[in-house]
Amino acid sequence: MTTAPLIEVEDLRIDLDDGANHVAAVEGVSFRIDRGETFGLVGESGCGKSITALALIGLLRRPLSVAAGAIRFEAREIQRLSAAEQRALRGNRIAMIFQEPMTALNPVSPVGRQIAEMFVLHKGKSWREANQLAVEALASVRVPAPERRVKDYPHQLSGGMRQRVMIAIALACDPDLLIADEPTTALDVTVQAEIIELMRNLCAERGTAILMISHDLGLVANVCRRVGVMYAGRIVEERRSDDIFSACAHPYTQGLVDSLPRLGSRAALGRSRLREIAGVVPAIADFPAGCRFNPRCAQATEICRTTAPETTWLGAGGLVRCHHHA
Amino acid sequence: MKLGTSAIIGGLLFALAIFVGLFAPWLAHTDPVMGANLMNAEEPPSWIWWFGTDAQGRDIYSRVVHGARISLTVGIVSQLVNSIIGVTLGLTAGYWGGWWDDVVNGLTNLMLAIPSLIFALAIMAVLGPGLTSLLIALGLTNWSFTCRIARASTLSLKSQGYVQAARVLGYGDLRIMITQLLPNMVGPIIVIGTLGMGGAVLAEASLSFLGLGIRPPYPSWGSMLSEARDQITTAPWLSVFPGLAIFLTVLGLNLLGDGLRDVLDPQSRSRRT
Repeated sequence: MTTAPLIEVEDLRIDLDDGANHVAAVEGVSFRIDRGETFGLVGESGCGKSITALALIGLLRRPLSVAAGAIRFEAREIQRLSAAEQRALRGNRIAMIFQEPMTALNPVSPVGRQIAEMFVLHKGKSWREANQLAVEALASVRVPAPERRVKDYPHQLSGGMRQRVMIAIALACDPDLLIADEPTTALDVTVQAEIIELMRNLCAERGTAILMISHDLGLVANVCRRVGVMYAGRIVEERRSDDIFSACAHPYTQGLVDSLPRLGSRAALGRSRLREIAGVVPAIADFPAGCRFNPRCAQATEICRTTAPETTWLGAGGLVRCHHHA
Repeated sequence: MKLGTSAIIGGLLFALAIFVGLFAPWLAHTDPVMGANLMNAEEPPSWIWWFGTDAQGRDIYSRVVHGARISLTVGIVSQLVNSIIGVTLGLTAGYWGGWWDDVVNGLTNLMLAIPSLIFALAIMAVLGPGLTSLLIALGLTNWSFTCRIARASTLSLKSQGYVQAARVLGYGDLRIMITQLLPNMVGPIIVIGTLGMGGAVLAEASLSFLGLGIRPPYPSWGSMLSEARDQITTAPWLSVFPGLAIFLTVLGLNLLGDGLRDVLDPQSRSRRT
């Protein structure tokens, strides 16, 4: 990999400063995504996945702010760009889809218009052209009868259809990077599979890189080539998806893997009850000293309670932050 | 979309007022100002003089019909000015917050603390009577409720997913305000605007009654009432008909506003499909 990565995050630290507290919500996060690559961030609620994504598009708002580190998109530092330059990236080069397709669409505007707006905004098209392109965009996300659907309002569409519209909006300007923040959490399982498949195919066709954010390790490993596991504001392990189930090195990842239900013959071989990770993610204000996972870790020893583990490079581009990695 | 009875009645009354105002020259029997003939002075209502005549022998029906033009112009234009001022201030204050929000809030509280009619009186006293100054006085003094509503709507809409999504998709501030925020608050703004229009018609009548609005001999409902007050016992039709016109127009606007509130209420919106 000699070419410059599409997006590179280096030693990112995001501070939460609400006047009373000043704490690092995300710390030492580094990863890179190449053109057309798929990368997933997995972790429990509150581990900093979503604010990392917001930092990537330059939309952190008080009380959160990027305190240290760098985010480079095509070797340009996002934080150094002017507000207008950032805006030109957003939606055009970096797009995002959200967890809630119910609320992410403007209820009083026909969906076709909302798609067309992207072409007007970022590509300088006339409304006439943009409306035509919107029909094509809806067709590309496999919405039946797109020329009639463009006139529909969001409440006339089902959840799955709305998420398709969101994908159409996000991919309208052929972005280089698509950030998918829990894109299917609000949908039921059969629709989930369709949406994921659609998203994956469209991005593969267009060479769009995906940063997928989810709490669902199975889903992320299925979609992405590489997976970063986040815990309490840090990436504790980064692996190729193929390795994560068989050879995970961090006890937290192991815990996540163990908590996935297994089906078929594997269920018979294994255990009957799902295992969970004891305890909860600590609040941002009282992250423990040392390794942040130590209070919940079965293998924790004295050093885990005092010293934060350094990054250890594993083979095949993997890395882990643990004193006792396997 | 199902309209309630009150919206229909209110809408019809308002439409009637508009119709009368638009076609006043064709509906009127005589010229409202020049049609004076002392031979016909103070005739009670009859088949010839529908609403009677005044002390100068002018046809009250024709004057009421022409008065609709002035009253409605004042009501509509001044409320439009109010809505534009209120929405602009409220939307930007709610969206940007910070010192601008403080300034707008202070201004709104100031406007709410001073009775708007007194404020309008003061402006009229400076500018002098006349239609233009009436429009300015009423257009600048009644925007505080609209502003409050616009600001509150903005604050609650700002955290909606689609507003956040628009920001993520690269929309600028102005585009977010115009495409995402404004269309989602038009319901309450229209309701307030309709009710405010009724208020403006009344305020015009009050100011003209006090001699600060439209000057005689031009007919506005308020100035007609003002002229008629000396003859209220001898020629009651002089005050009854302009009063009735004010009453029906304001009633219509209030019913329409109430009816629209029921229709445009976001909670009933989902039931509507």
